[in-house]
Amino acid sequence: MSTEIIHQTAAQMSAELASGNVTAVELASAHYDRISAVDGDVHAFLHLDREGALAQAAGVDVLRKAGEKVHPLAGVPLALKDVLTQKGVPTTCGSKMLEGWRPPYDSTVVTNLKKAGIVILGKTNMDEFAMGSSTENSAYGTTRNPWDLSRIPGGSGGGSSAALAAFEAPLAIGTDTGGSIRQPAAVTGTVGVKPTYGTVSRYGLVAFSSSLDQAGPCARTVLDTAMLHEVIAGYDPKDSTSINAPVGKMVEAAKKLDVKGMKIGVVKELAGDGYQAGVTIRFNEALEALVSAGAEIIEVSAPSFEYALAAYYLIAPAEASSNLARFDSMRYGIRIGDDGSRSAEEVMKMTREVGFGKEVKRRIILGTYALSSGYYDAYYGSAQKVRTLIKRDYEAAFTKVDVLVSPTCPTTAFKIGEKSEDPLAMYLNDVCTIPINLAGIGGMSLPCGLAPEDGLPVGFQIMSPAMKDELMYQVSGTLEAALQSSWGKPLYASAPELSVR
Amino acid sequence: MAAISREEVAHLARLSRIEMTDTELDHLASEMGLILDSVSKVQGVAGDDIPPSSHAISMQNVMRPDVVVASLTTEETLSGAPAREDDRFKVPQILGEE
Repeated sequence: MSTEIIHQTAAQMSAELASGNVTAVELASAHYDRISAVDGDVHAFLHLDREGALAQAAGVDVLRKAGEKVHPLAGVPLALKDVLTQKGVPTTCGSKMLEGWRPPYDSTVVTNLKKAGIVILGKTNMDEFAMGSSTENSAYGTTRNPWDLSRIPGGSGGGSSAALAAFEAPLAIGTDTGGSIRQPAAVTGTVGVKPTYGTVSRYGLVAFSSSLDQAGPCARTVLDTAMLHEVIAGYDPKDSTSINAPVGKMVEAAKKLDVKGMKIGVVKELAGDGYQAGVTIRFNEALEALVSAGAEIIEVSAPSFEYALAAYYLIAPAEASSNLARFDSMRYGIRIGDDGSRSAEEVMKMTREVGFGKEVKRRIILGTYALSSGYYDAYYGSAQKVRTLIKRDYEAAFTKVDVLVSPTCPTTAFKIGEKSEDPLAMYLNDVCTIPINLAGIGGMSLPCGLAPEDGLPVGFQIMSPAMKDELMYQVSGTLEAALQSSWGKPLYASAPELSVR
Repeated sequence: MAAISREEVAHLARLSRIEMTDTELDHLASEMGLILDSVSKVQGVAGDDIPPSSHAISMQNVMRPDVVVASLTTEETLSGAPAREDDRFKVPQILGEE
């Protein structure tokens, strides 16, 4: 049973659970077997909560057996990015700083998952404090891309995307500050959604850049992602930036399979030089599939996007330098050098030297510089103005079209180590994903094929106006169905077999 | 290239409360120059008439009724403390000798 059921979609697993063909405990166990077999190579997980997950699954089985009404996803397993707190379960954010920390409370995302009966298998690897595009910045080793173990699984949420692609979990949670859900989805042939800012609570999400961070759903199919989206989204009084308004009906939109008459804008600035040939080929094929399905393609220009990357690499580090000040070794996390002779400040400095990795230090220093007197207007102030221009570009574009599209990334997955010593080259991965975070709108990535030159997955990005995330699901559901019927099977089914231990 | 000296980086590291070795400072100084060159393209893009956005979506401060709600217990709050004494966080001395 185990090899077959783990290849199903979450929707199929949900049906199997409902019909009694499989129990939640069996389903969780099948996934743990898979993890034991392949995660030695993939390294998607930092921590497995086997005991907690099996207890949770057993609870769901009892309810189902008793004929209680449960959520359709009750009993379906999930991989949780290690940046969200789960009570009593280690939460490291991929950092030495939080080694051994067990949070005393659940994030709202976790509360919502538990309420729905979704079984949390464990915590997934990530770039330290979500800063990176490859998981190479994790203090606990790099995750490997199941499509090619010598390549990166994307980042920062590479553990979550790899877990999906390796069939270690059918559902996962990511967080996206500049592309950390969408870029990993793109390079692993999976689906990931960055919801409109403020629609998924940030309570218990360890902050990197508060005005940009947003948690979101990840899965292997559009429908599964939509189902998970509806579980985690909604108003939360514990997050002061939470929007108190209903979120759309994602599942219904994903099932529409109709884009007739929709206007889809291709962003002129997110194409051309620097985009891998195979990425462009597959992107254009996806556009053709949308045209065949009845959509109208319109080219739109967003001139300020040229400055988005630069603005992001000032705003995000500036906010990070402030947010990460909380890691002071006084109340939680590691403490170094406290031998009775040193002051709190000296201990703080020594702890932060040891606890933070290279990229985190680089961004704290950059952010501190951008905020310091004498440079504030030239850097942080200018970046905030560019942010206004980017928002206006989107507003103008959305008067002409329903959604915008682009490739998710300029290239397919690169080799581990290829860019780790060149921060600027690494930052360029995010060129297509960053603008939406600055504007706070929704964005997603879904697979649109394999690049002919390297056989690796290519991601198709869809961007929708704020609070209209359902439009992304309508377009992606239609596109996924059209592409899968031309391929004869879903893209994830083409992933090479991993060697099993 | 935007020049940033090792002394400037050392100052930023002090402000950030991060101890750094000389090698780290040298390395960061050269990297910071390159990064600042790249991000400085935001300068002069927007005119004086463009307001800055600190946030993506316009928001206002949120208040809640001043009523007591459940919170973490003392034990839960102290559960991650690197050191504790009774019901308090124990921290290194905060005042110097001088």
